[in-house]
Amino acid sequence: MTSVGQALKRKEDPRMITGRGRYTEDINLPGMLHAALVRSPEAHAEIVSIDTSVARERAGVVAIFTAEDLDFAGPLAMVWAPPGVEIKTPENWPLKRGQVKHVGDPVAVVVATSRGVAVDAAEDVVVEYDPKPVVVDPERALEDGSPLVWEEFGTNKIHEWAVSGGDFDAAAAEAEVTVEHRFVNHRTSGAPIEARCSIGEPRADSFVLYSTTQVPHIARFVLAGVLGMAEDKIRVIAPDVGGGFGAKLQVYAEEALVLALARRLGRPVKWTETRSEHMTTSHHGRDQINYVTLTAKRDGTVTGCRARIVADLGAYQLLLTPFIPELGFPVMGGCYKFPAIDLHFTGVFTNKMCTDAIRGAGRPEATYWIELMMDRLADELGMDRLELRRKNFIPKEEFPYETPLGIVYDSGDYHGTLDKLLERFDVGAFRSEQESLRQQGVYRGVGFSTYVEVCGLAPSRAVGPQGVGLNAAFWESAIVRVHPTGSATVYTGTSPHGQGLTTSFAQIAGDILGVDPENVDVVHGDTDQGSWGWNTYGSRSLSVGGEAVARAARKVQDKAKRVCAALLEAAPEDIEFADGKFQVRGSPDKSMTMAEISGAAHIPPNELPADIEPGLEDIAVYDPENFVFPFGAHACVVEVDAETGKVQVVRYACVDDCGRPINPMLIDGQIHGGVVHAIGQALYEQVVYDDEGQLVTGTFVDYALPTAAEVPSIETDRTETPSPTNSLGVKGVGEAGTIAATPAVAAAVLDALAPLGVKDLDMPFTPVRVWEAIQAAQAGNGRGGAS
Amino acid sequence: MGATVRVQATVNGESRRSEVEARLLLVEWLRDELGLTGTHVGCDSTNCGACTVHLNGEAVKSCTILAAQVDGADVTTIEGLTPADGYHPLQEAFREKHGLQCGFCTPGMIMAAADLLQRNPDPSEEEIRHGLEGNLCRCTGYHNVVEAVKAAAGKAVPA
Repeated sequence: MTSVGQALKRKEDPRMITGRGRYTEDINLPGMLHAALVRSPEAHAEIVSIDTSVARERAGVVAIFTAEDLDFAGPLAMVWAPPGVEIKTPENWPLKRGQVKHVGDPVAVVVATSRGVAVDAAEDVVVEYDPKPVVVDPERALEDGSPLVWEEFGTNKIHEWAVSGGDFDAAAAEAEVTVEHRFVNHRTSGAPIEARCSIGEPRADSFVLYSTTQVPHIARFVLAGVLGMAEDKIRVIAPDVGGGFGAKLQVYAEEALVLALARRLGRPVKWTETRSEHMTTSHHGRDQINYVTLTAKRDGTVTGCRARIVADLGAYQLLLTPFIPELGFPVMGGCYKFPAIDLHFTGVFTNKMCTDAIRGAGRPEATYWIELMMDRLADELGMDRLELRRKNFIPKEEFPYETPLGIVYDSGDYHGTLDKLLERFDVGAFRSEQESLRQQGVYRGVGFSTYVEVCGLAPSRAVGPQGVGLNAAFWESAIVRVHPTGSATVYTGTSPHGQGLTTSFAQIAGDILGVDPENVDVVHGDTDQGSWGWNTYGSRSLSVGGEAVARAARKVQDKAKRVCAALLEAAPEDIEFADGKFQVRGSPDKSMTMAEISGAAHIPPNELPADIEPGLEDIAVYDPENFVFPFGAHACVVEVDAETGKVQVVRYACVDDCGRPINPMLIDGQIHGGVVHAIGQALYEQVVYDDEGQLVTGTFVDYALPTAAEVPSIETDRTETPSPTNSLGVKGVGEAGTIAATPAVAAAVLDALAPLGVKDLDMPFTPVRVWEAIQAAQAGNGRGGAS
Repeated sequence: MGATVRVQATVNGESRRSEVEARLLLVEWLRDELGLTGTHVGCDSTNCGACTVHLNGEAVKSCTILAAQVDGADVTTIEGLTPADGYHPLQEAFREKHGLQCGFCTPGMIMAAADLLQRNPDPSEEEIRHGLEGNLCRCTGYHNVVEAVKAAAGKAVPA
């Protein structure tokens, strides 16, 4: 029996359920010192002086460094250089000198014998600041006369980027119906429950960085430049990582600092982030304003889509900061046949922490406005919202489908997922229930989202230097090694941190090798083990990394056939792999197991043919030809308490298609988590700065993640439309829920509020915002509470 | 180093004794001095519950209790909940139902669930959801956490 497709229990779990996981903060090394940062309380200021004299006298303080005292070879990296586009990129050093640009900007680092002493001494450091004018609103930042985050640039505009296909102007001129709207995709935090932690350890002539990272190889690559060291002198280890959600897809100042401190002091140095530091200085996500226009014929055929996107990127550029809004562009036509699409992006500096990738990264923002615009167009036309979607869906016969933007959607059946959702979700029954509840003063609403997303990052030719201009490539590697006794080890360049890839990769390799997945170990997250990798983000690990595992395992299988042929004295082409065994075609009695073959490959009983090297392992490096495009249909029902403004999600049902399932249990788990992440964004979570640039939401008291009591069970189902992009037929699922769900929740809230006169409202739908909108509507103004 | 106090407590059935800083948190004592790193810190503000342990049989958040306060008490961590052989029914159920992904909230979630089932051996879904609202999980959306607690209900032995 093949294990692919089976809900195998996770290989990761035994250590984690017993408290024997090994997270970075669990690691303590002999002689280890602890670092704490002195951070700016000002959003924008000149550093007048830094006085460390009192702090140095505290018992246990080993050293204190400011930017003047600690040498770096280069600033932190930003890797997007689109051809012909200028991106204003200030130098972003691990410690700041001269000026600070946002609350939390680090100006000094204290090293002490314990974390407590380091934190106390950091408080003793006296920094005098001369505050400068602050700007926190990206649209205000673009106005003449706005305070400038970087005076040397003379503007807060970071960059503009545009892409279009078809003739939107002609579509607009001929439009029978036009709808326009402004959307706010507010700022959020990734907020993994494990905050960040990094340890720099000096070895004889090299350094080890233990870090809570999703990207150990990228970190080593970047940090080698920041520290002025050869890559082989830095080993990056990502032990168990307690969730990432994009917040750990970064190379942070603190990672460079602990290595620099270890180099300077010759002792291991650990830095552990507090939750408040996470909220302040781990990168944020979203924060866009979207001006969208849809044009259509009276019969509901959409003829064009234009979006003007203003992205608040914060004070500096981190690894991918300016690229994240654009990452949504391939699906800025949704799952619809829009003949003309016209997109324009503007990045803006503000005195806030930088934004970068947070789960979905550009696609949740895009899907939010696409889906809510389809609702608005349907309402304008007096058409059923789902009927409008069906009318504009790309039909399944037309895949692979090239959009006007030149993106080729690999495979899809958008009617199929919606039909299956509606088998489960009876819209008619809901509408009658909704009506009768309204009579009793109970306000329920339903919202739908039919989405397509782009993942499987990425074809290097599409996103690398010769494509959209990232100075990176996105192939993935795998080494598959079968041991003499027949168990196997897979080394992957991906860096899982909760996804369960140790299990799914063992299933993929196990089936191809004829080894029980229980006996396939998967090694990841260590730059000294396995080959180079591009790590884990963008729902890429299975469709790129998993495909690399399959390809390496097939090479090993091929060699095993040759060894088997030699041992059974048959022709290699006569050996077939069936039922987990290698056998001579037509003679199942002449067969060998992988353990037998591997034993012979390592310790040959007879001389193997000269063209067969001993041992049994191989490597594959896979660069995909195309992205993959998962899709689905989601329905959300909410109830709004008109007295308090509280929104409760009472039902959530979805049908997703991520291609061929490897482990359906893991797929459902990813959808559950993604959907609830999006419910959090839609209803509760928002990173808030006040007008002075002070962070208001610095703890989990103020930044409210959903708890078990706020969310319902999630009803999941699937269709299976294999991707033609890779041999496994897989797509990705890590971000799908987060991409799909915010518009469904928002539409449900607006549907519930409709009888109360509220026509428009932006996320997050917190009780106060909803209550204010209801009050404003009752006072005769349909738009209330929107920012 | 500030004033120190002597703490003596039974931790996972063993008597443990330390001279600790008065300000040392219980979770710091467990993790940094006793090496019991299964108990995690997620938020510093008593919201996330990753640090949940049992103090005299009841779930508490060990980031909000001083080590000095447990003098003479009985403390159980995830390591102590784990039987010498095999798993506690809740551990088994979390694995069976895929109630964990990154695993970081899991020890605290299991300790909180064990306390819940001790007080209410047969909880409804709503009671489970409210019973666990002091424990945050970013990965699972709680769906399979709730399924795991349902599965373990009735099978859970007192911690």
